[in-house]
Amino acid sequence: MCRLALKSADTPFSPYEILTAMEAMQEGYDGSGLGLLLRGVGFTDFNYRPDQVILSGIAHTEAALQRLNSLMGARGYELKYDHAMEVDSSLIEARDRFKYLIRVYKVPNRDGLSRDQFEDQLMQTRLALRKDGEEHGGDLTVFSFWPDVIMIKEVGWPLQIGNGLGLNDDRIKARVIMAQGRQNTNYGINLYACHPFFIQGISTMTNGENTAFVPIKEWLIGKNIPGYTGYQSDSEVFTHILHYVTRKLHLPLAAYKHVITPLKTEELDVHPQGDFLKGLRTSCRRLIIDGPNAVIATLDDETCMLVMDHKKMRPATVGGKPGVWAIASEMCGIEAIVPDRDTSLDFQPMREHTVIIPPDRKELVIWSQSDPFTLPQAA
Amino acid sequence: MVSVRSIYTTPSSLTYSDLPWIIQHREDRCTLCGRCTSVCPVQAIYLTYRRQRMPKLDILQKKRGNEYRHFVGIRQRTNIEKKCIGCGMCSMVCPNEAIGPVPNSNEQRALFHLNQKGEAWKRGGRRNMPGRTTLDRIVFDRISMLTDPALDAGRHEFNLNTILGRILPPEEYIRRHTAGEWIPPTREIFPFVIGSMSFGALSPNMWLGLLQGVAYCNEVLGIPVVMATGEGGCPPWVLKSPFLKYIILQIASGYFGWDEIIRAIPEMQCDPAAIEIKYGQGAKPGDGGLLMWFKVSKLIARLRGVPEGVDLPSPPVHQTLYSIEESVMKMIQTMSMAFGFRVPVYPKISGSTSAKSVLNNLVRNPYAGGMLIDGIDGGTGAAYNVSMDATGHPIASCLRECYLDLVAQGRQNEIPLFAAGGIGKNGNVTQNGMALIMLGASGVHIGKYIMQATGGCLGNEMGRCNVCNIGICPKGITSQNEKLFRRLDPDDVAQRVADVFMSIRTEMKKIMAPLGRSQSLPIGMSDALGINDADAAKRLQIKYIC
Repeated sequence: MCRLALKSADTPFSPYEILTAMEAMQEGYDGSGLGLLLRGVGFTDFNYRPDQVILSGIAHTEAALQRLNSLMGARGYELKYDHAMEVDSSLIEARDRFKYLIRVYKVPNRDGLSRDQFEDQLMQTRLALRKDGEEHGGDLTVFSFWPDVIMIKEVGWPLQIGNGLGLNDDRIKARVIMAQGRQNTNYGINLYACHPFFIQGISTMTNGENTAFVPIKEWLIGKNIPGYTGYQSDSEVFTHILHYVTRKLHLPLAAYKHVITPLKTEELDVHPQGDFLKGLRTSCRRLIIDGPNAVIATLDDETCMLVMDHKKMRPATVGGKPGVWAIASEMCGIEAIVPDRDTSLDFQPMREHTVIIPPDRKELVIWSQSDPFTLPQAA
Repeated sequence: MVSVRSIYTTPSSLTYSDLPWIIQHREDRCTLCGRCTSVCPVQAIYLTYRRQRMPKLDILQKKRGNEYRHFVGIRQRTNIEKKCIGCGMCSMVCPNEAIGPVPNSNEQRALFHLNQKGEAWKRGGRRNMPGRTTLDRIVFDRISMLTDPALDAGRHEFNLNTILGRILPPEEYIRRHTAGEWIPPTREIFPFVIGSMSFGALSPNMWLGLLQGVAYCNEVLGIPVVMATGEGGCPPWVLKSPFLKYIILQIASGYFGWDEIIRAIPEMQCDPAAIEIKYGQGAKPGDGGLLMWFKVSKLIARLRGVPEGVDLPSPPVHQTLYSIEESVMKMIQTMSMAFGFRVPVYPKISGSTSAKSVLNNLVRNPYAGGMLIDGIDGGTGAAYNVSMDATGHPIASCLRECYLDLVAQGRQNEIPLFAAGGIGKNGNVTQNGMALIMLGASGVHIGKYIMQATGGCLGNEMGRCNVCNIGICPKGITSQNEKLFRRLDPDDVAQRVADVFMSIRTEMKKIMAPLGRSQSLPIGMSDALGINDADAAKRLQIKYIC
C-alpha cells in the first residue's frame, strides 16, 4: 500500500518536513520510491514570479539535456533559473541520473492566445519533451511544465532520497506539498508510473488499486484529448478524470465524486439533482472507478481535495488547524505533520464525502454526495 | 437362404440400429401399462403382440414340432418420421424403469434419409455441435485480492445492472440537459435478458410462467430482469398491463402481431422496456422467422391476424430493406416516434463478418439504442438444419471485434452491445455471460438456456428432441396443443425463473469480487480474461494462459 502525505500551510515549508512525516508511516510499507509535487513555490536563490513556468524532470544523459535545451529554445522559452541540487549520488539507487531538472522559464509572448490555448501550449511542450525522451531510449523524463509547480520522482526510500537530493537545505519551499512513497512495484518500475500524476495544473495521488483501469483507460484514450496518454499506472486515470470533469465538462469540483463513484439509483431518486446525476452517471459510466482507493488531489488555486472509493476500502485522514492542514493515509502521518492540532476535529471521510481544504485554509469544507451542489449549467 | 427379393426393403428402409436413438426395453420389468407409448411425442414405440417359436423335439417318441409363446411387448418404429428423438419421456413416465432411449454410438444411417419427399430437414434447437465452447474456456484470472482488500460476494453491495439505450457523450448530455433538449431514453436493466422467443413459438403456459417469474424478479427480488418477445406480438392483456415495462417488443420481417400492438398503444399503462428490430438471427442468418402450421392455433392465428393452421414463414428481410442504412434509419426512427421517443429501439442482427458495417451505421444514427448480435450457437423454434449447423458466426470474436471497433472510435459507451448465441450452452450461463461482458458486451440474451433451466427443455446438441418446430414438445414448452402445454405449470416455471436469476446474481458477485469489481459491471475488462488457446487469445486480444 502506498503512503500518502499532503500538507497545505499559509507559511511556506520545506519538502523535507513532509519526508520526515512519512517516516512516521513506515510500518508495513516497502519504501520503494518517492513522488513529490510542490505548489506555491519559492526559491531562496531566485525570486520566482508565478507567470513563469517551471519544468520538472530528469535528464539521464548529457545528450538529453542538450536536446532539451534546443527544444525549449526553439519554442521560445527563455531559461531564467536552473536550480542546481546538491546531489549526493551515493544515496541514490539509480545510476543514470545526469541532472535533476527544476528550471524556471520565461514564456514567449502570449499575446493573442487565450488562456486555454496557452495552457494547451504548455502541455504540448511537456508532451513533446516526453516523446523526445521516449524516442531516445527514455533518456529524458519530464514530470511537469507548469507555473508554480515542481515535481520530483525517484526510486528508493523517501527520506534517503531527500538527503540524496539535498532537500534539507531549505532552498526550496512551498505552501502545498503532496508526497507519495512508493514506486509502482505491482508492475515494472517506471518513473512515469509514480504518483502524483499531473496534467494542466491538476494533480492527484492515490492509495489503492483501480480495478476498472483498462475500460477507463480505453475510454479516455478514445476521447483523443491531448495529454490523455501514459497510463503506466492504473491511478493516472484519476488525474485525467478530474481534468476531464473540471476542464472539459466544466462541472464543479463536487461533480468529481459523482462521476467516479456515483450514487445508487435509489439514492439518486431522492437527490435534489437526481435526474441530472442519473444521466451523468450513465454518460460517464466508463469513468466509474472500482477497487480500494483514496484519491488526494490539488488544483492550481491550491485547493486540496480528498475522496474515497465507494466502499471506503482504504484509510485516509484529514486534520489540522486554521492556516495549516494535512491529509495522510495514516493518522500518525497527520500527527507528524500537524502535532499541535485539536485531534478531536480530525476527519476520516466516508464513501459519500468530498473533503476540501480551500485556498484560504481557514476551515475544512466537507461535501456529501447526497447534498445538492451548484450547477449553473443545468439550472 | 431366403431370396433377397422376398425381403421388403427400400432405399430408406432402416432398422432400429440405424436410428440415432435406440429404445432399450426390459421385458422383465415392463408392466404393460402403456404409458410410454401414449406419451411418446413421435409414436416411436408401440405395444404389439409378438410370437416366439419354441422348437420342440421329443426324442423318445421321435416327434418334432413347435410350440409358440405369445407375449405383449414394446417395439420401436423405424420409419423416418417416427424415429425416436431421444427425449426420454418414456423413461420419465415408466413406473418400473423398464424403458428408455440410448444414443446410438455407431453410424446413424437415418441422417441420409431425413429429406423424405424432397423436404430438407427442419428442426428446432441450436447448432448441433456438442463440447466446450470458446466461452466455456475463458477464465477470470486477474485476482485483485492478492494486492487489495478482498470484496465479499456475500456481504458487500454490488452494482450489477447495465444500461440499454443510446447514451450521449458527456459533453453532449450536459449541453442537451442545459438546453432542455431531448435526451435518448435509457433503461437500467439486469445484464442477463431473456432472449426473444415468440408467443407462438412458446406455449401460453411457458410464456405466462416466464412473465410471472420476470415480474417476481423485478418486484420482489429487486432484479430488474427484462424479457423479449419474439416476432408475433404480445397478448393484449399484457400490452395493457403494468408488466409491459418488463417486456422488449420485437418487430420482425413478418410484422406479425403489430396490429394488436399499435392498436393497444393508447391503452398502455406504461412503455415497454424497448423495441427490438430483428434483422437477423444467429441460428439462421438470412432466413426469416418460421412458425410451422402445427403451431398456428386459434389463439396464435388471432394474435397474428392470420388463418389457423398455415405455415408462417417471415421474409428474410424487412420490406423496407433496399439497404441496411435506409432500413435502420427508417425503422428505428419510426418505432421511436411511435412510442414518443421514450423507448429505446435497437436492431438485432446475426453474427457475421459484416456486423461491423451495421454497427458503424448505428453509431451515426442518433436514435439507435444499442445493437444485439446473435451468434451461430443461438437457438430457434424452427429452421433448416443446414442453416442452424453451418451458417453464421460465433459470438465471441464477432462481439469483440465490434467492441474494439467502438473503442477505436471512443464510442464504446454510446452504443451498448448485447450478445447472444450459445450463452449457457453447457450450463455455464453466468461464466459465459460475464466472459462476454468483459469482452465488451453490455449484457447478454439467453433463450435456449432459459427454456432448459426454467421449462425443463430436453433438447441438446447431440440431436436430442429438437422438435420445437412441429408443436409436439413433450414438456409443453413449445407447443400450442393444450394437451401438451397443460403439462407445464406456469407457477413452476415462474419459480424456476426466480431460481435462475437469483443464482446468476450470486454467481456474478462470485466472479466480480475476486476481480475487485463491485461498483459497475466490468464491461470491457479484458485484462481479467485468459484462455488456454493461443489463437483464440490472439483473436480476442486477451491473455494466453496455460
